[in-house]
Amino acid sequence: MTEIATRLVRNAVGVAGLVFLLLLVVLALAAPLLYPGDPWRMVGSPQLPPLSPGFPLGTDALGRDVAAGVVHGARISLLIGLVSSLCAVVIGTCLGAVAGYFGRWIDDLIMRFTEFFQTIPSFMLAIVLVAIFSPSIGSIVFAIAIVSWPPVARLVRAEFLSLRSRDFVKAAVVGGQSPLRIIFRQILPNAFSPIIVTGSLMVASAILLESALSFLGLGDREFVTWGFMIGAGRTMIRQAWWLSAFPGIAIFLTVLALNMFGQGLNDALNPRLARKGRA
Amino acid sequence: MKQLEFIAGRLVKAVIVLLGIVILAFLLIRATPGDPAAVLAGEAGAVDAEFMQRVRAEFGLDRPMAEQLAIYVKQIATLQFGESYRQQRPVLDLITERLPATLLLTLSAFGIALLVGVSLGVTAARHVGRWPDMAITVAALVFFAVPLFWIGLMAILLFSVKLPWLPAFGMETVGADYDGIDALLDTIRHLILPATTLGLFYIAIYVRMTRASVIEVMDLDFVRTARAKGIPEGRIWRRHILRNALLPIVTLASIQAGNLVGGAVLTETVFAWPGIGRLAFDALLQRDYNLLLAVFIVTSALVILFNLIADLVYALVDPRIEVGA
Repeated sequence: MTEIATRLVRNAVGVAGLVFLLLLVVLALAAPLLYPGDPWRMVGSPQLPPLSPGFPLGTDALGRDVAAGVVHGARISLLIGLVSSLCAVVIGTCLGAVAGYFGRWIDDLIMRFTEFFQTIPSFMLAIVLVAIFSPSIGSIVFAIAIVSWPPVARLVRAEFLSLRSRDFVKAAVVGGQSPLRIIFRQILPNAFSPIIVTGSLMVASAILLESALSFLGLGDREFVTWGFMIGAGRTMIRQAWWLSAFPGIAIFLTVLALNMFGQGLNDALNPRLARKGRA
Repeated sequence: MKQLEFIAGRLVKAVIVLLGIVILAFLLIRATPGDPAAVLAGEAGAVDAEFMQRVRAEFGLDRPMAEQLAIYVKQIATLQFGESYRQQRPVLDLITERLPATLLLTLSAFGIALLVGVSLGVTAARHVGRWPDMAITVAALVFFAVPLFWIGLMAILLFSVKLPWLPAFGMETVGADYDGIDALLDTIRHLILPATTLGLFYIAIYVRMTRASVIEVMDLDFVRTARAKGIPEGRIWRRHILRNALLPIVTLASIQAGNLVGGAVLTETVFAWPGIGRLAFDALLQRDYNLLLAVFIVTSALVILFNLIADLVYALVDPRIEVGA
């Protein structure tokens, strides 16, 4: 564990990503203290450009503080990104583990099912799911998880296929352990590192997906989100560029940090693969 | 003979996947709370009773579930997508008149992404570890993390608002009524921003993939052998390295087809491009779920078609491929 930590620390890019993410989490947690109350209420004169006194990122046509929206938006982006990735990883791991462990027709069946979901245009499916189940945090998490699990399933299956024939698994089978126990207690812990790397990179794509959905008006209307702010500022792009520029920068930095962290994690967990193949 | 078997196998698979998608669409309508006729009619049920009755009859909504599914599959298979209440027009007409614009946009974006992405990836690999590699890798990392719709908006801000170089909206200049070559040039001018925007994300993907793939092939024994034999460097790159390194790109391209179609929804929304992505957005705004599902089914069918073509190309390009696998 300490060895992994040292390797991670040595990877400057990964650490930079991690530091940014930690700061963002602190900012998101502190949002109610920094900007108490509804972030989307009118607090200043309309259309103030950035760097106006008291409003570093300016205000919109109704005098709402863009900075307050960006800070509060971090909460939703991180929440949805994390929870939906977690769901996708759980679904993908379970299906991949069962397919890889039992093999034969079960594997065939699950892999065809996975391919089916990989063929469907994922963003279109997410749109349809959220629209039909009406936009809410729950339906958005559900939709993102549904379109994101297939790569995890394939990865876990491949890991299980190669671990399945190892001696320690054979020993567990001979020892009479139940398949469920072997899957979760014996094999899965050995497949953890690639799952964690994939999961952390998935948070980035989940955040992008969430922002795209709320940009199209498929966000939870209860909360301010980055995508929603960009969508709302879109029609004002000629008069007030800052309305859509800053939330977009927030998404970009967050996703970039997550990708950097995920890559650093990959280098730390799989030192032999590091610097080879992955750019 | 084996080739034929391979193609037939892929065709059967494509049909099965398509059937699965239609069933999924059917289940989604069923999954919504309330009257499925109201969902299909759109407008959250705020349509006249006569139209609702027609929808019920058309989709056989008073029959048992299995029969409904059979009716639905039959309808879709014969391209009867019903009517859009809001637009008062058959859904199929709406889609077919928008389809060419989407194909133009996605194929241009795909072409740009492939051309730029592969050449940048190769450049990076040739200078691995030095500044061109660094610059290209960082740029790819950046474009990989930028939301597509946001980069589109920023492109409009920069190239249409601040610098009045390119049109920001639509596919042609309204009221200009260009003919012949002028009309073509006008469309190309309108195409530049949306196609580049949509292509950027995929450029990033192709750069990473190409770079990794070329670096891997570069170190293989047969390349060293070619050098030892004294084959000119240019020829080694063209005939030995690139040919082998670019094969995975075909697979990647087919995997990305679905995402490209999804990206088209965002790009068309930002640039008011009159394609089916924009149609999907309008359907969303108007809660016209029948139209939305039809777009979903049609885009899925397109992706399956792209994948099928990629499979065939792969079978032709790579003689090593095990046909029938």
